[in-house]
Amino acid sequence: MGNKGSELLINRAQAAMEFLGTELTRYGWDTVLGSAISGVFLGSIYALVALGLTLIYGVLHIINFAHGSLLMLAMYAVFFLWSLAGIDPYVAMLIVVPAGFLFGYGLQRTVIGKTGHGRDELVLLVTLGVSIILENVALFAFSADERQVHVPYDLDGIDLGVTFAVYPELAALGGSLVITLALWLFMTRTDTGLAIRAVAKERQGARVVGIDVEHIFAISFGIGVACVAAAASLLAPTYAVHPQTGYLFVLIAFTVVVLGGMGSFVGALVGGFIIGITEQLGRLYLGESLGLITISAIFIAILLFRPAGLFGQKI
Amino acid sequence: MISPQFRYAGWLILVLGLVTAPLLISSGRWIEFLELTLFAAVLGQGWNILGGYGGQYSFGHALFFGTGAYLQALLQFKFGWSPWVAMWFALGGGVLVGVFVGYLSFRYGLRGSYFALITLAFAEAFHVLSRSLISVTEGGRGVSLDLNRDPDMALATLQFNFAAPFLKAYGYYYLILLMLIIACAATWWMANSRFGARLVAVRENEEAAEAIGVDAFATKMAAISLSAAITSSAGIYYVQKFLFIDPGIAYGPAKSVEALIAPIIGGLGTVLGPVIGAFFIHGVGELAKETTGLVWQDRPGLDLILFGVILVLMLAFAPRGLVGLLERAWRKLSGTRPTERDHA
Repeated sequence: MGNKGSELLINRAQAAMEFLGTELTRYGWDTVLGSAISGVFLGSIYALVALGLTLIYGVLHIINFAHGSLLMLAMYAVFFLWSLAGIDPYVAMLIVVPAGFLFGYGLQRTVIGKTGHGRDELVLLVTLGVSIILENVALFAFSADERQVHVPYDLDGIDLGVTFAVYPELAALGGSLVITLALWLFMTRTDTGLAIRAVAKERQGARVVGIDVEHIFAISFGIGVACVAAAASLLAPTYAVHPQTGYLFVLIAFTVVVLGGMGSFVGALVGGFIIGITEQLGRLYLGESLGLITISAIFIAILLFRPAGLFGQKI
Repeated sequence: MISPQFRYAGWLILVLGLVTAPLLISSGRWIEFLELTLFAAVLGQGWNILGGYGGQYSFGHALFFGTGAYLQALLQFKFGWSPWVAMWFALGGGVLVGVFVGYLSFRYGLRGSYFALITLAFAEAFHVLSRSLISVTEGGRGVSLDLNRDPDMALATLQFNFAAPFLKAYGYYYLILLMLIIACAATWWMANSRFGARLVAVRENEEAAEAIGVDAFATKMAAISLSAAITSSAGIYYVQKFLFIDPGIAYGPAKSVEALIAPIIGGLGTVLGPVIGAFFIHGVGELAKETTGLVWQDRPGLDLILFGVILVLMLAFAPRGLVGLLERAWRKLSGTRPTERDHA
């Protein structure tokens, strides 16, 4: 394209942006890079949340709409452990992750596994019902106020040149990668992991060889919620929680999972980073409000044109 | 199945009861309760066309509610149009959004949970746009309509807050009752038409329906259009009643949830379902507020906790909803044999 053509294109884009109530600024590469790096930190948390969702989908073949609400609940747990007992959010992981696992195990065993009658849409509605209950229990018990954990080191960090990374951001990235690695080792090196993969691949066959499929379903759901609880700990120092936090995250988590491919581990990781970076760049160029459109736009485009996602099997 | 005579008699009693209700209850609070219940029933009937009869579960019906509401508000606010003119454009706009979303989703063969997710994504996209396009929608501040204080203009402005005594007390009630009757009549017509039969065939088995010559795509497009029209009419009512709309109310998740909860609890794919469902959940919600009001002083969330619990319980134990339970009870009383649908 000639110089004239690109000038025209930029003019058009600027006119469109003016209509949208924002301006197209040509940022320097360091601003863009800084924004992208903060997207990487954010994306690592998205990846962790999505990991739980994709595991549940891969094994149980259900779409867990309550995933965001479970994250919200775990964030409240982290907040109250900090505000009432003075427990550091990262230490709180030792409590909320096992608690999340047990909660997820119980939820699958008593509610979600019993009520869907094996029909996809009904299970989706049941998990929607669960999310309505959780969100409004939080609203009822804790009110609509935002709660934010404050740690003494939340403004300290490392200067990366183009941007300043605070310790909570670095912890989020490191924590997410370590947990993902641990989960991968668990899935490939342990008997339970093997059983989970067997059920995911061929549940009837797994039943025939003596695997307790209901138990494996509940364990997978439990691990999914444990991932969310870990994400809540990593998120708490930088992100305030309120009852509707879950709704925001459920959209993001679905976008990541659909982008990466339902049921794909690698997909969740890669998808998380892509969405995190896209969101931050969207905020930079389109503004805080309109920037969020990038998430729904990617979600819609992927659902329409490549519902299998980047790494998923064709559906 | 309940015999037709009883069915007609039941509907007649229901309609007569709702028409005469204001004469029996004088408390404004109860009129308000009835208005909100009937509003939920209209919203639910819209969802029921596509979700109940068509089996396409939408998680984003706020799309149609919000578009209807925004157009109704903006055409009056920006151009000073009469609400009587604006409503047809609001209705048309809602249908247009339905056609747009339906075309993309059905053309690309999205079904089941994927359809639910894409409607949710579209609703969120509209949510962000309505918040960001400040020059068009006034952004997060929302759109407020001027309050009409002239009693003679009450009908012309479709605002009853300062109308003559009878209209002031009951205007909004009869407006939403009329809308509900139209919505139910449209649903009843559809259910008994060839179009309705094709839609149910698509719901039950899309491949089989196509094999016997049903155009599944066209059928689903017609269903989403009708569904969007009814749902956007609820948006028109909302704006005329509350004289205000903002992005969160219009396109937030609350209205999408409210639209699907009444038909699922009442009975999917039945004309009566959304109406019974709306009365049931709002009745339970009101009762809960009434009994716990002294202790908790109207803390928000309690009614929705109950709605969620009822939703999960109904899905677990009575997927055919309250209407299904009623039919089963009726058969026990009248001693008729169960039909095949009971075993489904």
